[in-house]
Amino acid sequence: MGLTLMEGNEAIGWGALAAGCNFFAGYPITPATTIYNTMLKLLPPTGGVCLQGEDEIASIGFCLGAAMSGMKTMTATSGPGISLYSEQISFAIGSEIPIVIVDVQRLGPSTGSATKGADGDIQFLQWGSSGGLPVIVLAPVDVKDCYVLTMQAFNLAEQYRCPVFLAANKEVSMTRETIDLDGLDLPLITGRKSADADQPFIPFGVKGDQRVPDFLPIGGKRLVRQTSSTHGADGYITTDPGQIARMQERLDTKLKETVPAFTYYDEYLVPGADTLVIAYGVTARAAMAAVKRMHQSSKKASLLILKTLWPVPEQLILEKAAPYKRVVMAEMNLGQYVRELQRLLTDKKIDFLGQMNGELIKPGQIQEVIQNG
Amino acid sequence: MDSLLNSNRPSVFCPGCSHEQVLHALDQALTSMGLSGEEVVIVSDIGCSGLFDTFFNTHAFHGLHGRALTYATGIKMARPNLKVIVTMGDGGLGIGGAHVLSTCRRNIDLTLLVLNNFNYGMTGGQCSSTTPQDAQVGSGFLNKLEKPLDICQVAGAAGAGYVSRTSTYDKGLVEGIKEAIAFDGFSLVDIWGICPGRYTRRNKLTPKSIEADLAKLPDLSDYKTRNARTEYGRAYRQEAAKLQPAADPVRIEATCTSPEPGRREVVVLGSAGQRIITAGELLCLAGASAGCHAAQKSDYPITVMRGHSVSEIILSDTEIEYTGIENPSVVIALAPEGVNRRKKMLADLSQEALVIKAAGIELPNSPASVIEVDFKAEKIKPQDWALGALAVLAKQNKVLTLDMLKAALKLRFRKAEYDTAIAMVEKAAALP
Repeated sequence: MGLTLMEGNEAIGWGALAAGCNFFAGYPITPATTIYNTMLKLLPPTGGVCLQGEDEIASIGFCLGAAMSGMKTMTATSGPGISLYSEQISFAIGSEIPIVIVDVQRLGPSTGSATKGADGDIQFLQWGSSGGLPVIVLAPVDVKDCYVLTMQAFNLAEQYRCPVFLAANKEVSMTRETIDLDGLDLPLITGRKSADADQPFIPFGVKGDQRVPDFLPIGGKRLVRQTSSTHGADGYITTDPGQIARMQERLDTKLKETVPAFTYYDEYLVPGADTLVIAYGVTARAAMAAVKRMHQSSKKASLLILKTLWPVPEQLILEKAAPYKRVVMAEMNLGQYVRELQRLLTDKKIDFLGQMNGELIKPGQIQEVIQNG
Repeated sequence: MDSLLNSNRPSVFCPGCSHEQVLHALDQALTSMGLSGEEVVIVSDIGCSGLFDTFFNTHAFHGLHGRALTYATGIKMARPNLKVIVTMGDGGLGIGGAHVLSTCRRNIDLTLLVLNNFNYGMTGGQCSSTTPQDAQVGSGFLNKLEKPLDICQVAGAAGAGYVSRTSTYDKGLVEGIKEAIAFDGFSLVDIWGICPGRYTRRNKLTPKSIEADLAKLPDLSDYKTRNARTEYGRAYRQEAAKLQPAADPVRIEATCTSPEPGRREVVVLGSAGQRIITAGELLCLAGASAGCHAAQKSDYPITVMRGHSVSEIILSDTEIEYTGIENPSVVIALAPEGVNRRKKMLADLSQEALVIKAAGIELPNSPASVIEVDFKAEKIKPQDWALGALAVLAKQNKVLTLDMLKAALKLRFRKAEYDTAIAMVEKAAALP
């Protein structure tokens, strides 16, 4: 089977289609626009819907309405758009609305540089919403990940009824690459769990140790309530501290306690290495080149590539870092995800390489940090 | 069914609140139209109008301030048969103004009931986008400085096909709401009423004064004919039905042989209009036609018709890790705009590197070997220089072969374009 030449953003679109996405809405913004272009090509001819909102707030609002009506939805933007999404993201978190949100990161802050890459939104994606509850963030390394992780993102959004972010980067999204579409290891598609037909429907009701409420669509035969207000299981406003606490705790644990089930990563192990490089996104590619080039040298390093960033896959990081004395973290910002490593790996020496100048971190820069530890 | 109101959740509006009348009028409208709860969704905004969904036994969606129309649009596109009613106050109109305008322009089949009581009741009676300038409200003198909005005129100007004004005292309120719901497109009903908790404590407003004020406003009947058109969702589906599904992404069979092993980096430096990005894509396709992995990054300003255009291509027989350019084996230099963007890279070129440059282009000194091509003298147009340079490169059997380039043209172009491109390649390859 032959290779296909495809941009990262196109792969996100095709991956979304393969995952069953049938509703997309977005507002044009470089470097995310080509996702919208792709969805406009893919969805309407096959009975799906692709809309251009009057702004980012409308675009994600369309998605939330459609998602609650039973559709599999996605929106895509860059940092400035994520800022505008913020209030709607909090809504999706608190009211358990499945949606995939692609952030094709560009150099910030603010308007920043439309055509320069960065990973400057990595903490923002987790914390840029009110209420402080967890979200899922996956980070693609290459065009292949753009396809496969988008599918995973849909599965997770459906399974856990929550927003799932794809933390892409201009450098992955707008880079055209060859991909072997027929050789991909694709996940099975999972959907929302529908409520039993013979039981009364309680919109946010859970039984026993169930973490995620069963779903029914707005517009179906049984009445559905959705609300952005603090609600009880019945979907009506509540002021009962007990009910509120149970709901908050469920929203917190439904992702934090299950993260081992969706901890995606890659690794490159080098025997005799005393250093572990940890990277994500496009920087993981420079890191791979760096550790391979140093494979035969006296200063060796292994590599852990994180693809699930939030909730922090603590178990994986602790386990993978255990054999090493030192950890090197490289990321395209001035020190964001490294904070999580510093929090977790208190007994390790952690060296950090950050860069925020619109350029890729080069393998040589990472080699230098490995060498000089 | 007599009523869609939820008997377990009686309304909680202040005594004398005009919302109470709208609540019952909406209920009567829905029931007299024979609609059952599952055929209706009430999408409510924030503020006292945001309580509406909780009083009905219908589908319900309550979201953020000013954004109700956005959810309603998503719901209607997903569920075209559902009756979608949006309740919003004059506050929501202001904060969600862009959505109101766009919904009018779209003409999607939603009914927006504006519960207009001239102030923000829930937060302390501050001024809204409809507060009269002479009113006493919770915003001090600020409302004196801002002209109130006639939402009906705005909506009509924005393309709403159904716009009407009424008050909670109007005997025709139920019929008015029914007509709006029955309208096949976006309908907006501006319903004036009293907020006894805040507004009428300091402002005199009576059913009579409201009626008199409404009578002074311009007539709206013209919009119905002026803005008449197909409902958005139906028009969308009609347009979509004309489209062909996208073709499956092309799989490129490896029919050629690459002239070199390993990783090869090529940088094409030019200006807008020289088809630099297309040349980069062709090089990737050429690589794939020899079973190579390929990656392309492009750099150009937002003004796509002026300025530099740079394409960086990597071909490799193994998977490409780092996608940056470290040690280019070939540079194609076609315009000073592009060259100026990569001066340092050009000065650092190695001895093994090859530069193909258009005649007249000045380059920093480097040990790289240089082939100069006088495209102008050969009467090759600037938009073909990049393709011409690829042909010159292919003739050297460096990075790609002529077979690979021809395979790429076949993948990229339709027949007529292909024939022209092949002719160009053959012409350039024949250059001395």
